[in-house]
Order: sequence, then structure tokens, then C-alpha cells
Amino acid sequence: MADEGGAAGKRVSGEGNELIVSTSTTSPRPRVPAVGLDVSSIRADFPILGTRVDGKPLVYFDNAATAQKPLVVIEAVRRFLAEENANIHRGVHYLSERATLAFDAVRDEVRDFLNAPDSREVIFVRGTTEAINLVAQSYGRTTLRPGDEILLTTMEHHSNIVPWQLVAGQTGAVVRAIPITDAGEVDLEAYRRMLGPKTRIVGVVHISNALGTINPVAEMTRLAHEAGAVVLVDGAQAAPHTPVDVQALGCDFYAFSGHKVFGPTGVGVLWGRASLLEAMPPWQGGGDMIHTVSFAGTTFAPLPAKFEAGTPAIAEVIGLGAALRYVRGVGFDAIGAWERTLLARATEQVSAVPGVRLVGTAREKAGVLSFTLEGVHPHDLGTILDADGVAIRAGHHCAQPVMERFGVHATARASFAFYNTLDEIDVLVRGLHRAREVFA
Amino acid sequence: MSRDLDELYQSVILDHNKTPRNFHELPPPASHADGHNPLCGDRLTVWVDVEGDTVKDVAFLGNGCAISKASASLMTAAVKGKSRADAMALADEFQKLVTGRLEGAAERKALGKLQALAGVSEYPVRVKCASLAWHTLKAALAGAGEPISTE
Repeated sequence: MADEGGAAGKRVSGEGNELIVSTSTTSPRPRVPAVGLDVSSIRADFPILGTRVDGKPLVYFDNAATAQKPLVVIEAVRRFLAEENANIHRGVHYLSERATLAFDAVRDEVRDFLNAPDSREVIFVRGTTEAINLVAQSYGRTTLRPGDEILLTTMEHHSNIVPWQLVAGQTGAVVRAIPITDAGEVDLEAYRRMLGPKTRIVGVVHISNALGTINPVAEMTRLAHEAGAVVLVDGAQAAPHTPVDVQALGCDFYAFSGHKVFGPTGVGVLWGRASLLEAMPPWQGGGDMIHTVSFAGTTFAPLPAKFEAGTPAIAEVIGLGAALRYVRGVGFDAIGAWERTLLARATEQVSAVPGVRLVGTAREKAGVLSFTLEGVHPHDLGTILDADGVAIRAGHHCAQPVMERFGVHATARASFAFYNTLDEIDVLVRGLHRAREVFA
Repeated sequence: MSRDLDELYQSVILDHNKTPRNFHELPPPASHADGHNPLCGDRLTVWVDVEGDTVKDVAFLGNGCAISKASASLMTAAVKGKSRADAMALADEFQKLVTGRLEGAAERKALGKLQALAGVSEYPVRVKCASLAWHTLKAALAGAGEPISTE
């Protein structure tokens, strides 16, 4: 809970846009404000946003690293552990039955969240990283032949590069990088030229964590399919900010993480086409993924259990369900509109600071502002902003090829969520001016 | 806990960041070692020219934050002319300083200008920035006079 625990209605920020932090929230409700988003009411749902850093209100701009959790998620996890905890798909007793029902219901909610055709196509994993490793090691390892090509954009997160390099090493396949432009967009002409009969797999990030670029995933998928390749989309940054419709995208695999979509860590989702998943061998063996086991041989369970060996992160899955309900209750239309407002204001004000260079200026961008400030290393900037309570990320963002592409060692990154305010952007900008003074 | 930015970014640190001393390569037979902080991407190379038992010359090049750059610069000035053993001992004392384990006033004073980095101890995640140069120096010293570098 926040420091301000019982102090409902405590003011945590001045300057016109007063924010009320309260921990006495009710259950999630759809919000259809006349204009934009009722941000102060939203903020009241997130106890951590009442935190003070060295006496200053926390300004949380590290949402691309992990998002904060609304009370409904915290409460769903607590309630499950306090009232329903049992292992699932095993016992015949009361608690096990309740836990199983609650767990399986989330699978249906994820299906709905992704507009997937079938809940059996929803595999619970630890996170996006594990989802991609699963596809690389199960689908990739059994289908790739020497000389086959895996195309990845230059803006992939390391988690959508390294698993493919590992399986390329095991199979003799080759990983090739699709170039990106100076604005941080996929070079679609180059991509078209690279696609060919050798292309087996295309990996593309839906929204870049380092640049904010929203990639034309549907078009890239269509082109890949024409070449006979399957497409995996890393949706870690997209799921919290945009509606995802895997059927409209047309992709074959889609992965996202619970903790970036306001849910718990330790849980994520791999969605895959049933026809592909059914043909793929299990990745990990253990309990829950078998049909029958004998030392003469084992047969495997049907989807989705085939890919879910061992006891899953049950409480976290329950929390993920609450998070998805919450975010859909807020509504992606309102979220998108507000985050575009935040990004526009931040882009305008941050780029007006002398010495700032924006890294990632795609036409289609989500709420990520990556930049460098001349004469101030991003780590120093991170420390200086932290003194004002502002949390940003500084570094290579697990996307070193992106840093190399733009000729920088690191960037500072402010990444927004729908609970951020315009006043908070002012605090960030004041911090940038302060950093310039310190390093003048 | 309240932390003072001015304690961290003292003028001597800002000066060494802006104008690092001994910021160049050393020609052979000087030996060198590369330091890399994979979490933040900081990289630097430290050269040492050891004659007999004396660190005759020391220099560095690299990329990193003000703390890591200033630390490397101050380090080169501090160890030049010292014996290998004294340089190694200074590295240990420095590590104590930036992790807040240097007790006595006399011990602190013995570190001279390096004391400017004492403020780092208030910032646990920045300690590795200050230590990188010293770890790299130790690796370079370990390799000095040997036919192979530590790479």
C-alpha cells in the first residue's frame, strides 16, 4: 500500500492539475468520460503512484520496463492466495475446483483480449521471453534446415534476437536483420527484397521498446506469408497500449507479458495458430502436459496443456485476468487518445531543450520518448531526474542493435502510461534543464 | 534518506568528466585490459606501463557516465608512479570508499582527490560505475609483463 494508506483524498501534486490519491477504490468500472480520460480517478486506482521519493511525488515514466498495478490486480492475487489457493487440474476437492475454474476462465479472457479464435491457442508462459524461446525451440528447431533464413527487424528487443540465434546455431539456419530508417521505421523496401524462398520465420516487434515505433505488422505478415514464412509478433509493448486482434494482424504467433499490461510478473502469454501448435512437439516435459506416462513411452496432452508443463503461476494468471479486465474497462480508445496527448506534449517540450536529440521519430509512435542530451550521459541524467522523483530508464534498453544503428551507446527513455499527467511532463522537462546546469 | 546531488556531482568530478586526464592509448609494451559493464553498456580500456615494480604510466579510453569517466581519470592520476602493490592496495581502499566501508578519517584522507567519489556510496546502483576503471586497472596490472593480455 502507499505511504498515504488511509489518507484518502490526499493531494500529491500541485500546479493546477491537482491529483487525488485514494486507496479506497471500488471495483473496476467502464469509464466513458465526455472528453479524454479521468486521470485523477485512474491514478487513485494505483496505490504506488502516491509514493514520495525523497519527499517529492513519484513521476513514473518507466512503464515500458514494467507497468504499475491497480488495486484490483493486487486484490485479485491476495484474494486468490487467501481464499482459493490450490493446485489446478488435479484435485477433486473444493479449493482445487475453484482454483481450476478461476484459472481456466482467464484463458478465455485472454482469447477475448487478443480476439483469438480458440482458447486452446492461448498458452500461459512466464513472459514474452519464454514465449519466443518456446516457439524457437519447438517450432524452429524442428522445421529449420541449414541455410533457412530467420528475418528480424533491427529494432528487436534482445529477447526476439537471442532465442533465434540459439536455434540458428542448432539447425544451421541464418539470422538476418531487416534494416530500419533514420526515423526508426522498418525499411519495407529492403524487407521485400530480403523475403524469398529461404525465409522461414519473420520476427517483428509490434511496438519498439527503445524507439516507440508502431510497426505495420499486418502488412509485414501479408508479405511474409506470400513468401511462405510464418510470423511471430513480440507484443510486449503493444498489449498495454493498443487493442490487439491477432486475426486482423494475420500473424501466426503473438507474445506478451503480464507485468507490462498492469498485471503481475512471472506470467505471460503465447498465442499461436492451433494448426501450428498442434504440429509442434512439446518444449518442456513434466506434469500436466501428458496424456499417459509409462517407461515404454509417453503420450502428450492436447492443447494447451501440451505446452504447460508443471504447476503454472496460478495466482499470477488470476492477477493477469484482473489486469486485462481493468485495462479494457478503462478502454483502449481513451487510453490511446490520452497517451497520444502525453507523447505529443513530451515530444514538443523535450525536443525544445537545447542539446536534446530524439532517437526514434517514426510517424506511427506509441508513448515512448528515447533521447540523448548533449554533454550529459543518460545514466547521470537518470540520477539527476531521480532526485526530482522522476523514474526513467537509461541505457541500451536490451536493444543494442538499435543503439548501434543510431550511433549512440545509450539513451534516456521516458515511457508513458494512461495514469501519467501533463504536469509530470513539466517535471521531467525542468529536470532536463537542471541536468544541463549541473553539467554546464 | 535524503541524498544530495551536489555530493555526487562535485566540481572535481564534473571537471574530470569534461576534461579527463590521461585520456589516450599507451603504445606497447604497455599492457591493457578492457572493462565492460554489460548492464549499462559502459566500456573502457586501461593501459599500464609497468617498469620493474613501478607503474610508470597509466592511461584510459572509453565511454560511460560522468561517474565512470571521472573515476577512471582520477584513478590514472592517483596510481601513476606507485608500486604495483600500492596501486592494488589503493584499488581495495577505493572500493571501500564507494561502498561506504571506509571507517577512519585518516584512511579517507589517504585517498586524496579520490575522496570526491565518496558520494557514490549513497547510490548503490552507481557503485559499479565508479568501480569499473579500478577493476580494469587490476586486470591490466595482473597482465603487465606477461606475454598475454587479460582479454
